[in-house]
Amino acid sequence: MAKFFAITIIVIAILSAIPILRHTWVAPEDISTHGALIDEQMSETMAEAGISFLAAQFILAFFIWKFSNPRPDAKIKSFPGGAKGLVIAALLVVGIEVMALGIFGVKAWANVYLTPPSANAMPIQAQAGQFAFYFRYPGPDGKLGPIHPELINEGSQNFYGLDPEHDPDSRDDIVTAEMAIPVNKEIHLLMHSKDVGHSFFVRELRVQQDFVPGLDVSLHFTATKVGKYEIVCTQLCGLGHYNMKAYLSVMSQQDFDDWMKKEAAMQ
Amino acid sequence: MHDVAAHAAHHGPPTSFIRKHVFSLDHKVIGKQYYALALVAALVGMALSWFMRIHLAWNSAAIPGLQLLSKNGAPGGVMTPEYYLQLMTMHGTIMVFFVLTTAPFAAFGNFFLPIQVGADDMPFPHFNMMSFWVTFAGFVVLMASFFTGDGPTLGGWTQYAPLNAVGPVGGPGQGLGVVLWAASIALFCVGQLLGALNFIPTTLDLRLKGMSLMRLPLSAWGWFITSCMGLTAFAVLMPACILVILDHVAGTSFFVASNLVMNDQLLPHSGGSTLLWQHLFWFFGHPEVYIAIVPGIGIVSHILITNMRKPMLSQRVLIYSMGALAVLSYMVYGHHMFVSGMNPFSSLAFSFPTLVITIPSTIVVLVWTFSLYGSKLRINSASLFALGFISMFVSGGVSGFFLAQPSIDIMLHATYFVVGHFHLVMGVAAMFGIFGATYFWFPKMAGRMMNETLGKLHFWLSFVGAYCIFMPFHYLGMAGNVRRYSTFVDDFLQPLIPVHQFITVAALITGAAQLIFVYNLIHSRFWGKPAPDNPWEATSLEWSTATPPPWDNWGGKHPVVYHDPYQYGVQSSVGDYVMQASPEQVKTEHEEK
Repeated sequence: MAKFFAITIIVIAILSAIPILRHTWVAPEDISTHGALIDEQMSETMAEAGISFLAAQFILAFFIWKFSNPRPDAKIKSFPGGAKGLVIAALLVVGIEVMALGIFGVKAWANVYLTPPSANAMPIQAQAGQFAFYFRYPGPDGKLGPIHPELINEGSQNFYGLDPEHDPDSRDDIVTAEMAIPVNKEIHLLMHSKDVGHSFFVRELRVQQDFVPGLDVSLHFTATKVGKYEIVCTQLCGLGHYNMKAYLSVMSQQDFDDWMKKEAAMQ
Repeated sequence: MHDVAAHAAHHGPPTSFIRKHVFSLDHKVIGKQYYALALVAALVGMALSWFMRIHLAWNSAAIPGLQLLSKNGAPGGVMTPEYYLQLMTMHGTIMVFFVLTTAPFAAFGNFFLPIQVGADDMPFPHFNMMSFWVTFAGFVVLMASFFTGDGPTLGGWTQYAPLNAVGPVGGPGQGLGVVLWAASIALFCVGQLLGALNFIPTTLDLRLKGMSLMRLPLSAWGWFITSCMGLTAFAVLMPACILVILDHVAGTSFFVASNLVMNDQLLPHSGGSTLLWQHLFWFFGHPEVYIAIVPGIGIVSHILITNMRKPMLSQRVLIYSMGALAVLSYMVYGHHMFVSGMNPFSSLAFSFPTLVITIPSTIVVLVWTFSLYGSKLRINSASLFALGFISMFVSGGVSGFFLAQPSIDIMLHATYFVVGHFHLVMGVAAMFGIFGATYFWFPKMAGRMMNETLGKLHFWLSFVGAYCIFMPFHYLGMAGNVRRYSTFVDDFLQPLIPVHQFITVAALITGAAQLIFVYNLIHSRFWGKPAPDNPWEATSLEWSTATPPPWDNWGGKHPVVYHDPYQYGVQSSVGDYVMQASPEQVKTEHEEK
């Protein structure tokens, strides 16, 4: 039975690795300027984790095979290196391995979170609420008008609680249900939650960030490929969480300008 | 080390039925009560996971009888999205608190810690009794939420703010359901704190003559370290739960920020902090992972040594590693919050300790694995589950490499990758520890042997089944499959549904295999072969006493400890081992004082 157990461990380990090696289920193609570093970090981590996983399972299986049900007169033996050798190996090999991952990973993280958006990044405000996203563009004046929570009214489609009558900055704000952005243009996304926690996840953009009620956060990114992508909520926000989504359309500058004109006319 | 005779006077033998079986002061009965509670909770939690898995794989399928549990939640047996979330929340809460904490720590720890240190009982038997009954009350309160108001909370076992504090406007179960959840967990915390208050002095003050700390078995070390973690972690979660209740019933705003709008109405709260809850919760939540797994590490070490017929390469290294895991577990909790809106520099600060925690984990695995070298490994149900624990601990552990890094977490956060990770490393591995412990200690607890054939069948189906369920979770996560969705409506999730169907079939089969265990447990309890005092030829003190142990553990004759806990591979008058309480002198190779 021990030998069968050892073989089972090895078979499971190999079968587990096959979909990874064949790239059966992977993230979609990256369409961001920062995503390559994340993907590279993922690949390096996969290589190190994969080798550790296979090595540990194989050694475990080998020892189970080799040392189970020995002859009654067999003498016990100790691993020659002893525990000290294993501790040193763990400290050196695994310690260096994980520290290297951590240190190199800082760059990928810093690219997204520790560098400010450029001065000419396009600001767009995303608002999350049960169970829809809305997006607000500042219009020609480049300024977003203030939010008046008490004025929020979905029935009259005042999703942001704007008061254009009293706030000049709100008058040219454009609110949409779809997020459109020009390709190769840096976006500065200002994230505001109307009610509870939500999240903004676009797999292709390599972007995921929570909306924090009471704390507006922001991030910046540049999309490099025209197309239509799904924005989904990843923070459990209530019964309609599974269905909270919007589309991100990455367009040429010309198409974006046309879209913006059309949306402005509909406000 | 204590005066045994004086301690024996703490409570006499029980005489009434109530004192013997219900409100018992005997740590062994309390341990069995915890085990029974964990077993019932595990069966409920597993049934909920079946319902969830069927719904995820075949969304419009009617589950016969589910409408009896909730007419509104499952009209005609078909689950609504909100009911899915409610069942999911209950599954997570029941499993994490009432199974993974209760069984390995409270059940086995209660029964065996005093015996392994040589005590008659815990130092505060009344606290110990309260510990169980308060925990039981917590379970009843949680179960009550199924049958009150609009059902249990749907906010997940993490109960993120402000959804947990806004009240009924947040959705079904977000009013009374949350209050019951928070009350249940607060009660649970009280129970565990009372437990820790007993475990720590039991270990430090009630050891027998000759039982130095380094002579404690590794299982005792696991429970001791866990109780130290419990004392600090549950002490944070309990007040956090009370604050949630106050937000509901006293008009406070600890977790609700100003100017939030729901259903076009401004919420009557102001000034609270969303992230405060996450910090409080995860300050408990990450140590909780180790509260669930460190007893398993100790138990698996104990079982393996007995079945390898040789000590570990170093007991001291394993103890220090468990201690390092416990200390580090408080310094890593922020890795659950990389994309929460927390300061991005904090993410880096939490990332490095998370990566460092890989080192003691690796040392534990290396010591286990290389201790197998040159052993005389016996294969039985207990050792199979202990070896399976190592395999699962490795598989669940390596995915931690990914989740420790904030940059990668951007892609994997809140996906099934995380679900696969924690199910393998703290769910399946901990369950394997519980199963291994059951097969190993059942003879001492019940006085009868379990059926080995059924035990091995249970192992094979569980081992292969668990991999079939949880390894594909990682693949789903890598493809971006978001967790906590009741239905996969997004375009990119459609091609992944066949994977979910495979997982569901595996979950149903693996779940059914657990019924073999339940049958074996109940059948063996009444009709199993009578167990000898030391069926595994083991060395620690629990095997020195009668089977099952008398009420004071020793029948008035207290042993003296002469040896380290694991004197195997020696030549003695009884075989290849010397019991800790045996005065026989043999040439020993492993003294770790």
